[in-house]
Amino acid sequence: MADRSSGNGGGEPRGQADDDLARRRRDLDAAIAARRSEKVDEVAGADRGGKANWGHALRLSSEFISAIVVGAALGWFIDRGLGSSPWGLIGFLLLGFAAGVLNVMRATGQVAEFGRRTDRTED
Amino acid sequence: MANDPIHQFHITKLVPIEIGGLDFSFTNSSLFMVATVAAAGAFLYMTTASRGLVPSRLQSITEMSYEFVASMLRDAAGSQGMRFFPLVFSLFMFVLVANLLGMFPYFFTVTSHIIVTFALALLVIGTVVVYGFWKHGLGFLKLFVPEGVPGVLIPLVVAIEVISFLSRPISLSVRLFANMLAGHITLKVFAGFVTSLSAMGVVGVAGAILPLLMTIALTGLEFLVAFLQAYVFAVLTCMYLNDALHPSH
Repeated sequence: MADRSSGNGGGEPRGQADDDLARRRRDLDAAIAARRSEKVDEVAGADRGGKANWGHALRLSSEFISAIVVGAALGWFIDRGLGSSPWGLIGFLLLGFAAGVLNVMRATGQVAEFGRRTDRTED
Repeated sequence: MANDPIHQFHITKLVPIEIGGLDFSFTNSSLFMVATVAAAGAFLYMTTASRGLVPSRLQSITEMSYEFVASMLRDAAGSQGMRFFPLVFSLFMFVLVANLLGMFPYFFTVTSHIIVTFALALLVIGTVVVYGFWKHGLGFLKLFVPEGVPGVLIPLVVAIEVISFLSRPISLSVRLFANMLAGHITLKVFAGFVTSLSAMGVVGVAGAILPLLMTIALTGLEFLVAFLQAYVFAVLTCMYLNDALHPSH
């Protein structure tokens, strides 16, 4: 390509320039990568902590209450179906309470997630 | 009407449509859902249209949101979870843009209605259940049986785990809906104090400064909540999808 445009003389400097450009781009990539990794680590460390904590705080109450509501609703429907009022409601309300506690402990990372033995780092 | 904090959540029919006795009317809620999708889609499309190697400011917002959701999904569900990236990214952008659009005065907040957030949560849980059964068959049910539980306790533990699983769509939808609803009502109530106090003469105008400051602070808080709720929704979606991908570890 260089030959066609400017004869034999032009090929050599153009090739050198390409090499030079490639080398400079490699250097720049390395410099950016080095700088970005430390910056990202810093930002992620501070930022993620804040967001994750806020996220946890917003989760807890709704996790607890929703399990109780689901337990009570299940118990009520079972009572209606089997005519066992009020024992289904009482029993499932208590189970819902237990599930709510379990939800909260999961959300705070004190109990392993569903079906998992080891405790993962939260989120 | 001016001081009614609930009025902003009223649904009005813009184009009444009725098919087979069912109400399919195009409401103000539908309008803002369309606006949300259009705004999010147009923003993502237009900022990435030029695709510069060195991104412009708007392009880097788009790239950051991609990176943000992608790393969230990879952290929670591993690289296998990336097949759900379109779902999680769409959900995150929809909730985020809907929340932010709701912050404009006189705009309708789509996510302040529980049926909308519940439909989104059902979509997530439906995906988890369908994909879990399709991928693992009945092995997906191992999700409800933790390892190392004594045989006597298994019925009790399974009942608790099932309730805990069923509570997920409820807590996912109620959290988003309640935060948006409560935030907008609080904002409106404090803003209403400003107008009703300033109608009481000079003392009232001086006293109105306090609720005005409160309104300003709450507006900032609401922007934070708008982002955080979208973030929490997306994070929990990732965690639930992880259960569908790996029901037992």
